[in-house]
Amino acid sequence: MTKATSGKTHRADELVTVSGVSAHFAVRSGLLRRRTGTVKAVDGVDLVIRRGETLGLVGESGCGKTTLARTILGLRPADEGEVVFDGHVISQLPPRDLKPLRRHMQLIFQDPYASLDPHATIGRSIRAGLDIHGIGRAAERSAIVADMMNRVGLDPALADRFPHEFSGGQRQRVGIARALVLNPQLVVCDEPVSALDVSIQSQILNLIKDLQADLGLTYLFVSHNLAVVEHVADRVAVMYLGRIVEIADREALFGAPRHPYTQALLAAVPQPDPTHRRTEAPLAGETPSPDVDYQGCRFRGRCPVAIDRCRTQEPELAGPVNGHRTACWRVADGL
Amino acid sequence: MTALSSPMHSSASPAAPIAPVIEVRGLRTHFTGETGIIRAVDGVDLHVRAGECLGLVGESGCGKTITALSLVRLVSPPGRIAAGEILYDGRDLVKASEADLLALRGDRISMIFQQPKASLNPVIQIGWQVAELFCHHRGMARRAAWLEAVELLKAVGLPAAERKALAYPHELSGGQAQRVMIAMALALKPRLLIADEPTTALDVTVQAQILHLLRGLCRDFGTALILVTHDLGVVAETADRVAVMYAGQIVETADVVPLFAQPAHPYTRGLLHSMPVQGRRRDRLDAIPGSVPPPGLTMAGCRFAPRCSFAFERCHAEPPPLVGLPDGRQARCWLAIPEPTRSRSHSDDVARPGQPD
Repeated sequence: MTKATSGKTHRADELVTVSGVSAHFAVRSGLLRRRTGTVKAVDGVDLVIRRGETLGLVGESGCGKTTLARTILGLRPADEGEVVFDGHVISQLPPRDLKPLRRHMQLIFQDPYASLDPHATIGRSIRAGLDIHGIGRAAERSAIVADMMNRVGLDPALADRFPHEFSGGQRQRVGIARALVLNPQLVVCDEPVSALDVSIQSQILNLIKDLQADLGLTYLFVSHNLAVVEHVADRVAVMYLGRIVEIADREALFGAPRHPYTQALLAAVPQPDPTHRRTEAPLAGETPSPDVDYQGCRFRGRCPVAIDRCRTQEPELAGPVNGHRTACWRVADGL
Repeated sequence: MTALSSPMHSSASPAAPIAPVIEVRGLRTHFTGETGIIRAVDGVDLHVRAGECLGLVGESGCGKTITALSLVRLVSPPGRIAAGEILYDGRDLVKASEADLLALRGDRISMIFQQPKASLNPVIQIGWQVAELFCHHRGMARRAAWLEAVELLKAVGLPAAERKALAYPHELSGGQAQRVMIAMALALKPRLLIADEPTTALDVTVQAQILHLLRGLCRDFGTALILVTHDLGVVAETADRVAVMYAGQIVETADVVPLFAQPAHPYTRGLLHSMPVQGRRRDRLDAIPGSVPPPGLTMAGCRFAPRCSFAFERCHAEPPPLVGLPDGRQARCWLAIPEPTRSRSHSDDVARPGQPD
């Protein structure tokens, strides 16, 4: 595997450094589809993913977590800011220059059925990355595929079967094998267990953790499921309307959440314990539409502790670098 | 809030010995396919009382949705109800005419589905979709029905209800659309509400609001609620009693607190232990090995036996019956049947496959 040698200012233990990244989508309306506005799906995000860690990225639908993940992978350009992957500034690279880097960053999708070619045998799907990047001879490729199938708990004898012959859990194993066959450094897992049944979900979560230990992988784990994120992540970033509102180590974020949104999000998860029922819903309202230009804190409309300052000034993510950081005036003031 | 402030049924405690609103006995729903008959629902008994919430829980393909659809005879060919009784108000709905069912559905019995937007008419303003129920089932004038609809939309927490009543479904968020569905389901104060994964498509903060709303409506109107879900957290949060389904059958029923404290069936235990639980992190999850058997697979013994770590010879040879246990519980497991030498008075005795953590 080729190592990057660029001399950008980033620390050696940082695999991905995201600085001030924004991703904008045009809002068009009318007969002529004229541009009438902009949705800032991701708006000024700073983030670091360290080598060998699992960074959890949580938030509700429309918060921008998938768009941020796609920007980090170079699947869409950053409209502002910069993404540095292993020393390479990838946010400005044309696709041709990005290709050699792509094998080092792979993606595991939510729906393994929709993300596998129904007409290709699973062996062919798993091998596709090796073919595209011209790795090894045919016999070597088959050996790599067989080894990877073993690692993810699939019998290599099944390589000639088609996706429809597999259960959802097995298909997700295929999706994982396909992502890992290139021996990537970064794997983005986008809701990898959300489409799976509870009894299968735990098998896949255990597998994802085992493979990280065996192969030294770095994960960006994107999910709306807080219990799943708590299970896999070392650090967790919480997104709301395109911004990161809190980031901390797992224990700190789940044990002592500071941002009112994180607190509400944690309180909203139904717990499998009927003796501790909530008496009321922890948070009123819904996430507002992201196509509005916000002044002040984006969460203030639903925030139970908002003050005047929240209406006028947007809080920045504050706190020790690499420590527990929160974007909230009340936290900054010591609430 | 005129629509919601005159409940037809007084609130009832689930513990009170009242007759069930609906009682299902020996329900079998079969699908005839090219490969033979698929027994999607294979002998289900259940009941739910006024004001009570029954959680019907299971994984995909276990037959929970087909059970729910069978209750209101909404299974369409090649599916059909092959056997069983669905007793509602002294009548067997299996034998009811389509005209009778049409009069019941949406009026005395209503439903909420997972995809609210797919269940709403895209070209009718939502206020009229609610008002139509009052016109059709109650013979109200359009103007009065509209006002009633707006009041109802307010009561289910739709923001700016007067204005939103004029909106079309595509102009609503998922949570708002689900509130409209709930308003429609409750418009005529049904005796029975069947909610199939009503919050699965919603964000967690909105889910909490909707569950809270459903519980309040059961309590205030005495509506019997059957909540179909795969999410044990939602069950724990909402249900009074739980029926766990696996491969077309109910494998365990119990009140919600004992079910979570001491599951009697190894499958229920496995489900509870395999979930990551916030605040109770473990390095590894206890996965249930293997996967759910495909519907239609016939087995000699217990359907869960191939995945069960407690299975012994009998489990592979002979299917266990759903047996009654102390405290009104039931489990379909050879190990859950109390041995004659053991005391029958404590549920500890039936939770033999290990203890929960």
